[in-house]
Amino acid sequence: MIGMVDTGLALLILGLAVWAIAARDTFAAVVGFVAYGLLLTLIWVRLHAVDVALTEGAIGGGLTGALLIGAAARLRATEAAALSERPGVALRTLAAVLSAGVTAALAVCVLALPVPAPTLAHEAAAHVAATGVGNPIPAVLLAFRAMDTLLEAIVLLFALVGVWSLAPDRAWGGRPGPRHHADPNGMLAYIARVLPPIGIIVGAYIFWVGADYPGGKFQGATILAAMWLLVMMSGLSDAPPIRKTWLRVGLVAGPLVFIAIGFVGAAAAGAFLAYPEGYAKPLIIVIEFALMPSLALTLGLLLAGAPQRLEE
Amino acid sequence: MDTPTLFGLAAAILVGLGLYGVIAHPQPLRKILAFNVIGSGVFLLLGAIARRGAAAGMGGDPVPQALLITGIVVAFSATAVAVALLLRLFGETGSVTLSSDAPAKADGDKPHG
Repeated sequence: MIGMVDTGLALLILGLAVWAIAARDTFAAVVGFVAYGLLLTLIWVRLHAVDVALTEGAIGGGLTGALLIGAAARLRATEAAALSERPGVALRTLAAVLSAGVTAALAVCVLALPVPAPTLAHEAAAHVAATGVGNPIPAVLLAFRAMDTLLEAIVLLFALVGVWSLAPDRAWGGRPGPRHHADPNGMLAYIARVLPPIGIIVGAYIFWVGADYPGGKFQGATILAAMWLLVMMSGLSDAPPIRKTWLRVGLVAGPLVFIAIGFVGAAAAGAFLAYPEGYAKPLIIVIEFALMPSLALTLGLLLAGAPQRLEE
Repeated sequence: MDTPTLFGLAAAILVGLGLYGVIAHPQPLRKILAFNVIGSGVFLLLGAIARRGAAAGMGGDPVPQALLITGIVVAFSATAVAVALLLRLFGETGSVTLSSDAPAKADGDKPHG
């Protein structure tokens, strides 16, 4: 019933999770976590969730990994001190017993899942034609559960407000993160010149095919954000100061268009975020086009971090 | 045992491993990492459940799959805020200890920026 590939993937992912938790060196643990994210991407493919696999690879493994690697490199000096604060054997035993209990309870739940499994696939399949998109995932994200996606875009914006508000007073309005300097003739600068044109096309393609095939605005926006971060990290271009008006307008434009279309639905179709008959697909495309640049900006700036320096 | 059950059980172990790391690790960055392991375990469990709901020619129930995409993005934004908090703490005090009886280093240290 289960093949070698699945068993191997499950064992590898568990091994990497143990490494990410138990490795002594934080940097090594984070690198293990990035590999873990990539393997998880393969597991999503095995579970027939290719849209989730793309998101996991781009955001779960990629952006989260880059964020943690950056933090691990900057916090390296604090590692030795933390080792002396290791909790005692009693607390660790208690934690192990508690964790084993949680695992056992979840395992019992997994084995006791109802047969046949409840599913909304039939309902989704019956109504996906009304939205005009071929892939059921964006139909769920932007039509059946559009409110979730709107709130998600706003959560990202709030997270960025949270990150920015951690800026020291003297750096408010300035540029996020340290200024990166790389050898202008080095490998990093070379890649930062050659890769972005390809990356932008791949990002736009993944965004565009998202209506009918796996892909979509989040995955495409992440690739665009990654290209932007690459250019920033190679020192070819600096992060913009956060007080810039164009930046702030760009960040809120996508969610604002989404909310405005929601109100159009309230007036024309009788419910917030309802689409008038026959206009579902064009409205979904307008929302996706408006959200994509805002998401790319938000994701890139979340990774760049709090403002740290005013104009030099 | 079928594939969703296998990955569901692996997910249960991941949640346990992550929980242990969150409690037992003294370093805040490692706690954030362990929290992400818990999160991916929860996602994997939901993904296994979505796969069991395969019907109508789809490889899995599209509703939980769409929720997973939302969940992964929200988990990233929460991690970004947690890391920013940690870096600010480091910038202010020069250390990242969570211990309540740690010596206050704030007086002598210049903020690192």
